Amino acid sequence: MKTTNVMIVGVGGQGSLLASKLLGTLLVENGYDVKVSEVHGMSQRGGSVVTYVRFGSRVYSPVIEDGEADFIVSFEKIEAARYLNKLSKNGTIIVNTQQIDPMPVIIGAASYPENVIEEMKSKGVNVDDIDAMTLAIEAGSAKACNIVLMGRLAKYFDISKELWLEAIEKCVKPQFVEMNKKAFELGYNFDK
Amino acid sequence: MKKLLIGNAAVARGLYEGGCSFISSYPGTPSTEITEVFAKNDDVYCEWAPNEKVAMEAAFGACLNGTRSACCMKHVGLNVAADPLFTMSYTGVNAGMVICVADDPGMHSSQNEQDSRHYAIAAKIPMLEPSDSQESLDYAKLAYEISENFDTPVILKMCTRVAHSQSIVEIGERNKVSKEYEKNGAKYIMMPGNAIKRHPFVEQRTNALIEYAEKSGINRIEPGDNTHDIGIITSSTSYQYVKEVFGDTVSVLKLGMVNPLPVDMIKEFAKSVNSLFVIEELDPIIETHCKNIGVNVTGKDIFSILGEFSQKTIAKAFGFDDKYNISLDTNIPVRPPMMCAGCPHRGMYYVLAKNKLTVLGDIGCYTLGAQPPLNALDMTLCMGASVSGIHGFNKAGGEESENKTVCVIGDSTFMHSGVTGLINIAYNGSNSTVIILDNSITGMTGHQQNPTTGYNIKGDPAGKVDLESLCKSIGINSVRVVDPYNLEECENAVKEELAKNEPSVIISRRPCVLLKYVKPKKPLRVNTDKCRGCKKCMKFGCPAISFKDKHAQIDNTLCIGCGVCKQLCAFNAFESEV
Repeated sequence: MKTTNVMIVGVGGQGSLLASKLLGTLLVENGYDVKVSEVHGMSQRGGSVVTYVRFGSRVYSPVIEDGEADFIVSFEKIEAARYLNKLSKNGTIIVNTQQIDPMPVIIGAASYPENVIEEMKSKGVNVDDIDAMTLAIEAGSAKACNIVLMGRLAKYFDISKELWLEAIEKCVKPQFVEMNKKAFELGYNFDK
Repeated sequence: MKKLLIGNAAVARGLYEGGCSFISSYPGTPSTEITEVFAKNDDVYCEWAPNEKVAMEAAFGACLNGTRSACCMKHVGLNVAADPLFTMSYTGVNAGMVICVADDPGMHSSQNEQDSRHYAIAAKIPMLEPSDSQESLDYAKLAYEISENFDTPVILKMCTRVAHSQSIVEIGERNKVSKEYEKNGAKYIMMPGNAIKRHPFVEQRTNALIEYAEKSGINRIEPGDNTHDIGIITSSTSYQYVKEVFGDTVSVLKLGMVNPLPVDMIKEFAKSVNSLFVIEELDPIIETHCKNIGVNVTGKDIFSILGEFSQKTIAKAFGFDDKYNISLDTNIPVRPPMMCAGCPHRGMYYVLAKNKLTVLGDIGCYTLGAQPPLNALDMTLCMGASVSGIHGFNKAGGEESENKTVCVIGDSTFMHSGVTGLINIAYNGSNSTVIILDNSITGMTGHQQNPTTGYNIKGDPAGKVDLESLCKSIGINSVRVVDPYNLEECENAVKEELAKNEPSVIISRRPCVLLKYVKPKKPLRVNTDKCRGCKKCMKFGCPAISFKDKHAQIDNTLCIGCGVCKQLCAFNAFESEV
């Protein structure tokens, strides 16, 4: 069985840790060999953060290299473009259309590239763009963006929605389960 | 039971299963989680020590008194603990002792890329190196057996990728072991007459460990299916990359123990293959060993000494990197980590940068003050070097330096190794101005308690160092506390203390905004009628403030209402929400 490679990219503080925990829990429960890799340390300080999730019958390397990612889930618009080189030839990139200015943009040393989604599409990249922030707020909290995006990713997986929802129950605090389930459904059912 | 664990959590579990009942550590990425996870067990003792040397000596004391112990640190922490390390090799242990050290190839969160394997060789201590979480657990457990069987501390060497990657582990049972303490001066009092008799023991032990390396199974040969008639010697995460690229098509000698290295096993392996490669991150340790025993290998001729490897590194070196690669024409601006909105360090840094002072820095979140737009730092070397360094800087530069130079150091780093530097300032009399950025936590590594916070690793009340009294008792007469959210207060303090003809300490005190007990105030907003677009607030580098349509604007999801920007604005454009 070929190893499937998923990258979760975003900005420190956006909740990629919970997203990878959810994905990891789900995949282990479903009998896959799994490796999840992320670099801690600077993650709370607004830097670019990357998590690699790899699963299959036997996974060796914990990292994903150029041209290997089957899916990139980007929590922020330009972070999708930053890691585009990792996407495999027929890979799909799920992008939250949220814009978070990096420091060089804030201080005016660089400008925020507005049209990265259009540019990716024009290069033939499979882009699934989604305004996860609006859906997360609809679910009850802006912080649920991560789960909206996991809901979106779930559409591409051969794992039933019920198993995803069970994994959510295991990964989030009881008081947030319903809100996160709603966020997941909104991402899953989002129709452009 | 199967669980998905990061390598560090697996080490914590392995130590626990191996009967460890005492851990003393100093936090440092990528090693911190070992101690944090271990502390969650109720039937063990666990602590944050002020620095790695103290931690290692405390763990030694515990093992001397019959308790299996451990200490954990990052690679540069082992430099601090090197003193006890070298002589513990001579004393050996009573109950087993494990030293966990985590290297950071690629320098994700470190000031250098040193290779800890040199320490194992230099101190003549066995070193195990796991390649995934299951091995992290197994080797941590095994380390206690080796420690007690061979009468030696054992180093468990992690690296960022193994420490912070999750893979599946099988959880086992705890094996509780304890020993009696027996007085044995010849073994434990390392004065020359005793130590001279222990040195031959160390050499004999190394020979016995080489025998173990040959036969115990910790190092193993995985024969290939002869598709490629080559052999690869590797260890740690490089092993995973080799398997990713080659699967079972090459023969692999997978090393689990990287010091001491086997001799016969390598020679036999070399004979079984047509050509032999060594794949190891950082320095050519295995490669040099092979060459020393007369085995011809290719290593750093085709693999870099620098940075982390991956499957791509290996595929490229063997000439079959043909992966698809797409990128955009648009230039994507970098997104470096930065000080958080409301970070108490920022106010003080603004004052230092505004006054164009020379600032000797230290290790922690506040190293981020080196970045634009503040550009506030001149030097960062290692833990505590700001305080020791400013003394030498000022002695060399005299009054001219003393009037325009300060150093900055965090509360935890000051406890770690800033205090001794301050003693030198007081004792040898330089008119240095030391600023302690006291955010009441060890910030960069993710909020660990330290001796100034009043809480221990479990979050229970603990002894608390009073920084003001400490500095005074060292002999610093001018000690004052300022609030870094008050720019005027900070600026006055810095100017006044620099002008004084004596050493001084300014404690810039406000807790880290990410601490749970710090309640954010309501976000501010920009009154666009008042904002003239002068961009003065942009010089402050707050991530919550950006500039759109000729005006400053505030991101109310980030702003915590600290109000420092209000003090910068000449037009009162920042307003509190009503």
